[in-house]
Amino acid sequence: MFSYCADPSLLQGFQWMSCYLTSGTHLLFYASFGMVLLLLAVTAPIALAFGYGGAMACRSPIGPLRWVGKTYTGMVRGVPDIVFFLFVPIALDQGLEWLRHQALCDSDAPVRQGNDFVVCAAAKLPLSDSPAWVHDTYALILAVIAFATVFGAFAANVLYGAMQAVPREQLETAEAYGMSARQVTRRVLVPQMWIYALPGLSNLWLILIKATPLLFLLGIEDIVYWARELGGAKTSAFSYPHPDWRLYYFLVILVFYLLMTWISERVLGRLTARLSAGQATLAGEAQRKAATA
Amino acid sequence: MKKLLIAATVLAAATGMASSQTVRMGTEGAYPPYNFIDDATGDVAGFEIDLGNELCARAELECTWVRNDWDTIIPNLVSSNYDTIMAGMNINEERKAVIAFTQPYTPGMPSAYAALSADVDVEGGVVAAQTNTIQSGHVASTGATLLEFPTPDETVAAVRNGEADAVFADKDFLAPIVEESNGELVWVEGYDTVPLGEGIGMGLRQSDTELREKFDAAITEMKQDGSLNQLLVKWFGEDAMVFE
Amino acid sequence: MSCLQTIADYGLRSIGLGERLLPRTDFTLCQQVTLIGSGLIWNLYFAVFALLIGFFLATGLALARAGRNPVLRGAANGFIFLFRGSPLFIQFFLAYSALVLLPRSGIEVFGLTLPTTWLTRAWAGALLVLILNTAAYSAEIFHGALMAVPRGDIDAADAYGMSGWTRFRRVMWPTMLRLAWPAYTNEAIFLFHATTLVFFSAFPAFQQRGDSLYYASYFAGQTFNPFVAYPIAAGYFIVLTLALIGLMGIVNRRLNRHLPGAADRIRYRPQLFR
Repeated sequence: MFSYCADPSLLQGFQWMSCYLTSGTHLLFYASFGMVLLLLAVTAPIALAFGYGGAMACRSPIGPLRWVGKTYTGMVRGVPDIVFFLFVPIALDQGLEWLRHQALCDSDAPVRQGNDFVVCAAAKLPLSDSPAWVHDTYALILAVIAFATVFGAFAANVLYGAMQAVPREQLETAEAYGMSARQVTRRVLVPQMWIYALPGLSNLWLILIKATPLLFLLGIEDIVYWARELGGAKTSAFSYPHPDWRLYYFLVILVFYLLMTWISERVLGRLTARLSAGQATLAGEAQRKAATA
Repeated sequence: MKKLLIAATVLAAATGMASSQTVRMGTEGAYPPYNFIDDATGDVAGFEIDLGNELCARAELECTWVRNDWDTIIPNLVSSNYDTIMAGMNINEERKAVIAFTQPYTPGMPSAYAALSADVDVEGGVVAAQTNTIQSGHVASTGATLLEFPTPDETVAAVRNGEADAVFADKDFLAPIVEESNGELVWVEGYDTVPLGEGIGMGLRQSDTELREKFDAAITEMKQDGSLNQLLVKWFGEDAMVFE
Repeated sequence: MSCLQTIADYGLRSIGLGERLLPRTDFTLCQQVTLIGSGLIWNLYFAVFALLIGFFLATGLALARAGRNPVLRGAANGFIFLFRGSPLFIQFFLAYSALVLLPRSGIEVFGLTLPTTWLTRAWAGALLVLILNTAAYSAEIFHGALMAVPRGDIDAADAYGMSGWTRFRRVMWPTMLRLAWPAYTNEAIFLFHATTLVFFSAFPAFQQRGDSLYYASYFAGQTFNPFVAYPIAAGYFIVLTLALIGLMGIVNRRLNRHLPGAADRIRYRPQLFR
């Protein structure tokens, strides 16, 4: 990074530290924080969509669809999320490659040959000659799907509860105005449910933040991976030898998560206050009283 | 006509594969000097990276390196996430049942026990080893209590902080650590050279015979012209074990 | 080898009884079911003790938070923020990295030497982290419930001449538990599921004694097939989670026994889970 970093073995004190903290691996470490944020930004809306679908399925008048919804939400509740994280990406990867194998390969060779899971070159996901970033993105997409599956089920629980909590009178009023079932859902149920869903969704967001270190278990090089890699004792085979510093790296990660939580709580608190305006809830009532007083 | 068409597609597929196929080389990146992440650049470096690049050049293949955690390195090979493993993996019967190996590219490298004092009881004490290595399999079959860690780094840390009495790993991996510990870590007497495994080889899927033959030929070539021995000396020092 | 033999050999493998070496080749379904089930002993051990001890710690924390002493209140708030604001995964890593730094020979306190080595073992170190973690989450739930205890209940207790400990023991505590129970049930489920993280975090497995997920991933790694071992583990967890919900439901009925109709069906409010 700096001009004096050419030969780290000659450096001392502050200069050594400044070069150490800007070495190639450290830049990757800093970049991995961005990846965690990216994952959060991508996963949250997808999980919400999964959740909306699950909640609608649970409310559906069609029996089989309702059972699917209930099974989905119930199963994720009963099984530790980490089991899903270990299982979903690898199952999905093999499943997709199997489908492509059926469609794109003209060989009749079975996919499982002994221990190997082999598909033809054209069916590989991503293709083996694609650049490294495609592979990284693909792994990240599988991770996002695994996260969205788990958190979608939780979100479905929350949204289902919120839909049930919308006062029945409001829906009946809408029906009395002659709205169709779809219109009631779109114009009344969905806009009105957010205030009831917000406490649950806020909670869910905080859980999602705290689940991101599990990326590490999916073989993605996230902040936990780099903290372990960089913190471990380094011999003189490396440019910057040092003893075991893992404790300090984990402390940095701890501070990062505490900050994320703190900021999220502030933002969500404001959002709740805004959404409460004019609602038939205790918070809304309090706001009205404060305004008239 | 139909047969001709099929033959043409197969031919096209075969030639297409030969020209554009990139070989993805899996490694761990946490086992210096075999493979590690160069902290100045963030890329993988080490004996196996040098060797792998040279082998690819000789076999006229385009290669790219992929890092993967040790405990899932074989599953990800067989599910075709990459095509080879060069990660200090000793050849043994159990692994041969699952994947194929090239001929070894190191002579049978011994393993060794390192500890805080030379008189540790490695047959009855607590011994740290990396999960799923031939060393952990060996410790589990002795009278010692096996303590498993996912990375080699943690096995050494466990000895330093007293969690384990000794660490059992490849001697070449432990040698620089023992040397630079200023006498803190020492070899365990009588156990500083334990022959284990048949040498380190490149792992491939069993169905990938063509690729294996290419790499095998390149390794043979490097053994014959002495360039493999030069690499061994470069990374493991003057008194490294070399091929005759 | 018959399946009964396998169960005899591996049924208690996770606590070090029975066959010393794990199976290495020719994995049977029976072996997988037995060993993964054997690992559940650890999940249950962690869950039961963390919940039992954490429950009392949480009550104390909730009281400290609701109390008037600013020092105690600040400490409780800080503790709860620290453990609720960071991932359990990181807490395990940090705890292990910190606990191994304790002097191995023990700590001298008033001439007594306190041994420290056992703290780095999963059974103690991970349990400690789980206790503190669940205490923080439960304290938040209990504090919310404590704030929701109806004013009238406390006035009535005052009218009966109760005060201090008696008032808390006889009136506030039972009401607090009654209000908190659905959310606390969720917390218990989460904690039970969180026990799977123990051997995936920093705590090393001793002699290949691990929890059910440790064995599930062992088999998935050895057979390269995730479609058998993980569903087995998932099945075990679904059954045990249902049992846990049933157990908590019984307690809920007992807590609500004076309120006819309220205890017929436990209602989980998903927005209250952690």
